Amino acid sequence: MKTWNNRAWFMVLPVLLLVAFSAIIPLMTVVNYSVQDTFGNNVFFWAGTEWFEDVLTSQRFWDSMFRNLAFSAIILAIEIPLGVFIALNMPRSGWGVPVCLVLMALPLLIPWNVVGTIWQVFGRVDIGLLGYTMRQLGVDYNYVNDPFDAWVTIVVMDVWHWTSLVVLLCYAGLVSIPDAYYQAAKIDGASRWAVFRYIQLPKMNRVLLIAVLLRFMDSFMIYTEPFVVTGGGPGNTTTFLSIDLVKLAIGEFNLGEAAAMSLVYFLIILLLSWVFYTVMTNVGAEKER
Amino acid sequence: MARIDLEHIRHAYGANPKSDADYALKEVHHTFADGGAYALLGPSGCGKTTLLNIISGLLTPSHGRLLFDGEDVTELSTRERNIAQVFQFPVIYDTMTVYDNLAFPLRNRGVPEAEVDRRVRETLVLIDLADWAKRKARGLTADQKQKISLGRGLVRHDVNAILFDEPLTVIDPHMKWVLRSQLKLLHKRFGHTMVYVTHDQTEALTFADTVVVMYEGEIVQIGTPDELFSRPSHTFVGYFIGSPGMNVLPVAVDGASAKLGETTIRLPAAPAASLSGKVELGIRPEFVAVGREGMKASIRKVEDIGRLKIVRATVEGHDVAAIVPEDGEIPADPRLAFRPEGINLYASSRRVAFAGEKGARP
Repeated sequence: MKTWNNRAWFMVLPVLLLVAFSAIIPLMTVVNYSVQDTFGNNVFFWAGTEWFEDVLTSQRFWDSMFRNLAFSAIILAIEIPLGVFIALNMPRSGWGVPVCLVLMALPLLIPWNVVGTIWQVFGRVDIGLLGYTMRQLGVDYNYVNDPFDAWVTIVVMDVWHWTSLVVLLCYAGLVSIPDAYYQAAKIDGASRWAVFRYIQLPKMNRVLLIAVLLRFMDSFMIYTEPFVVTGGGPGNTTTFLSIDLVKLAIGEFNLGEAAAMSLVYFLIILLLSWVFYTVMTNVGAEKER
Repeated sequence: MARIDLEHIRHAYGANPKSDADYALKEVHHTFADGGAYALLGPSGCGKTTLLNIISGLLTPSHGRLLFDGEDVTELSTRERNIAQVFQFPVIYDTMTVYDNLAFPLRNRGVPEAEVDRRVRETLVLIDLADWAKRKARGLTADQKQKISLGRGLVRHDVNAILFDEPLTVIDPHMKWVLRSQLKLLHKRFGHTMVYVTHDQTEALTFADTVVVMYEGEIVQIGTPDELFSRPSHTFVGYFIGSPGMNVLPVAVDGASAKLGETTIRLPAAPAASLSGKVELGIRPEFVAVGREGMKASIRKVEDIGRLKIVRATVEGHDVAAIVPEDGEIPADPRLAFRPEGINLYASSRRVAFAGEKGARP
């Protein structure tokens, strides 16, 4: 006989309280703002779905959204293959392992606004090593004026900052492959490409899923680094959703529209993550059959 | 299929081996005959796997040469040696079907697709997986996966040898018997040279025509299962093969008799050579009789293992095991007798032949 003791539910109470104060209550505050028009002295008027309609029909929102998607697509297209490539070429034993791991971990340990500052200074044409050198070499590079240069700068910065995460995840997947697999492949006469395609890639499947998800979500909510480097400019050319949101909420103090926008933003991330996860797990499950 | 000659092979994993102790393989000089079924038997860490990997080319020996049918292959790559090897843990290509797994080694070698299809279908029947051809390899059981590993070797008809590195370790006991007998059948049918590494004596004795026993990086005996049992050439072989292992007792030999403490034991004949170093007498428990005649013994315990009983006794302060039938009577004042045909003599752990014995050197 099993005895059911419902008083055990009290055990989860601390966690519930913690989650309520750290996530649920703040989120509900945002929901509250999104459906009301707010004035000083805590005067609220019911606005219904007006703010949501405003957000979803504004050209500004969709432009930021497009820039976000483009940014995520570009950095995924660079960081994932590059990360896999570096992981494949990292040493498996000897003194090179700790050296590589520490080097790879370094960019990940630097605070985000410091990364932004580093690149902001690095790229400056008057004093920055990169900007000044490019100028002297005759390359017309200026991230402050030229939208293309601004994009190149923040993409390269993100690749510099985050590729190591993909590398470390893939490396963890690779070192878990037993030697016998490589030995068997040698005996079967497999080429370097076949070893990658049939042994290494299948074993990295899971960690790659995690890497893609993490990098996508991180890049989709990117804020600090472009904010420090370009501040969203020149013009609005590097204004991503998060930067736009801060401009709207704190710059223009448009709380209702900003709340509606952050909810839409939140739902998009939730939806895309779910899509990614379902697609990748289904790819895995299909192989079982 | 090929004859494999190992010429003075030595191997050390470290860069600068100084003493014998640095060598994982001390010196191996041996020939695996074409079409033979060999077992490499020995405890963990005795160098069996090292030797196997040297044959397959995964390791290059520090010293010595390796010949396939008289041709030096020491410097050739695994692929060029055309060897098949089955590992301890089944290696399969997860994302491929069973069919593609078997086709993989052929396709890598650029065999035409029609030929690939014919050979893969043949092999699928051999390893009893014809119904599974279109299945993904990942969902299979351990023994099916191990069959695929084996199949990837069999699919190439021209392999020089098939090497097995403790292939049944992860297989359920009842499947071990099935797989082992299938292996024997395949060997009879195709006559591949097969080398089978194991630390399990039953596996070695049932699989192989010739068992190579290794101990601390050296081959200590090469023989048929029967020879290993009745004439172990090293005390280690005596301990390692048989259950319980051989009794080894320190003795002093004078002509055709040996003295164990105060007790005299009659030998079948005088040793054919002079004895040097530590002299020991070895006798398997199967040749020790428990009864009213012989040496005085005290019995410590009797283990009943089903059809047989193992008697653990002490003679002159030394432990001696004896095997008696289940209904064998053990008298109150027991005495042990050594049957002369089961007696072996060892000097410095190596067997010394008796005078008049076949192959004895004077």
